[in-house]
Amino acid sequence: MARLLGGVTSSHIPAVGNAIANGLTQEHYWKRFFDGYEPAKAWLKKAAPDVIIVVYNDHGLNFFLDKVPTFALGCADWYHNADEGWGLKPVAPFQGDVQFSWHLAESLVEQEFDICTCQEMKVDHGFVNPIRALYGTLEHWPIKAIPLAVNTVQHPVPTAARCLKLGHALGKAIASYPEDLRVVIFGTGGLSHQLQGERAGLIDVDFDIECIEKIATEPEWLTRFSNSEIIARAGTEGIETIMWLVMRGALRDDAKVIHKHYHAPISNTGAGVLVLENS
Amino acid sequence: MVWKKHDYDDIPGTYVFDGKTAYQAYAVNKMLFSFNDESCRDEFEADPAAYCDKFGVAGAMKEAVLKKDFLGMLRLGCNIYFMAKMAIPRGVSVQDAGAAFQGISTKEFQAKLLKKRDGLEEKLAQVGGYWNG
Repeated sequence: MARLLGGVTSSHIPAVGNAIANGLTQEHYWKRFFDGYEPAKAWLKKAAPDVIIVVYNDHGLNFFLDKVPTFALGCADWYHNADEGWGLKPVAPFQGDVQFSWHLAESLVEQEFDICTCQEMKVDHGFVNPIRALYGTLEHWPIKAIPLAVNTVQHPVPTAARCLKLGHALGKAIASYPEDLRVVIFGTGGLSHQLQGERAGLIDVDFDIECIEKIATEPEWLTRFSNSEIIARAGTEGIETIMWLVMRGALRDDAKVIHKHYHAPISNTGAGVLVLENS
Repeated sequence: MVWKKHDYDDIPGTYVFDGKTAYQAYAVNKMLFSFNDESCRDEFEADPAAYCDKFGVAGAMKEAVLKKDFLGMLRLGCNIYFMAKMAIPRGVSVQDAGAAFQGISTKEFQAKLLKKRDGLEEKLAQVGGYWNG
C-alpha cells in the first residue's frame, strides 16, 4: 500500500527561484533563509519518497480567468514549466504518475471532493520553486511529482476549513492506493504577504509564527478564521496559507514536528519551512 | 441586480480580486495573460495602443495601461499576478510596484520590509523549537 511519509511546507515566490538560478543562496540576504532548508532536505533524503504531491496555486500560467477550478489535480505523464511572461528559462519537466493520479481523483470524488482533472497542466513558479528549494535545480528530478492546484487567486477561494477537509480526504486516498509507493506532500505558498495596493509590503511575523505553531499541532485553529479575516491579518496573497492545511489534513493528527524554520522578509513575504513526519 | 458587499471590501489599501473585479476587468486581464507568449509581449511593445484595441481595452483602463500606472490599473481591476507579466519584463519588480502603490521609493519600501527582521531570532527562540542558524 502507498504510505504518506510526511509533509513539508515552503514559500514558492519567484525570487526564490531567481536566487537559486543566480547562485545567490549564500549571499547575506538569502543565507539564513536557504540554510534553514538543510534539515528539510536531509529529512527528504532519508524519507526517500517516490512521489511528491505539490499543493500550490497557479498564477496565470495554466489557468486564465475563463475557467478557474477551485481544486485541480494533474493526471498527466509529464508536467512542463513554461515562460510566465518574464522570459525565464523553464526548468526540466517533471514526470507524473498517471495511475496514482487517477486513483486520487476517483477516491476524492467518492469522498465528495469534485475536483477538476487535468491531462495537460503547465506548472508555474508555485509548483517549481519549492521543489528547487528542496532538491536544487536539476536536469532530471529524482522524484515523480503530481500538481494539486488550489484557487487562491480569484475569490471566492475555498475556506481554510475546506482545505483541511480536502487534506483529510487526500490522506485516505493515498492510503488506499494498492502500490507500495512512498509519498510526501508539499504545502506551498504563504505566509503573510501582500503585493498589491497601498497596504503592499504587509508582513505579520506574529501571525506567521502562530500559523506554524498551530498548523503543526492544532490546525483547526486556522479554520476558525474567515477568508476575509485571513486577508485582513496576512494580506491578500497571504491567503495562500490555507494550502498548508491541505498538507496538514493529509497527515495523521499526531504527526511529529521534525523541523521548524521561519524567516522574514524574503522578497515581500514571511517564509516558513515546516517538516512533519507521519508516525 | 446588485453586487453583494463583502467584509474584505473595507480593508484599507487592499483590492481583493473577486468575481465582480474579474468580470469588469476581463478584457485587460486577458491581454495581460497573453504576455506569457513572447511574441505577444513584442507586439504590445511595438504599438501598445493598438494592442489594447485588439483586446477591447478602452477608456480609463487603456489610459492607465499606456501610462504604466500600476496603481490605476489595480484599482480598475487588473489582477496583481497578471499585471506582473507586464511589469517584470519592463524592469519593474513587485517591490518597485509596491513602492509605487505607496508613493515611496523602492529603497524606502525595502527598508520597511527589512524592519520586519528586527528581533526575529529572539522571538523564535522564545517560542522555541525553531532552527535559528
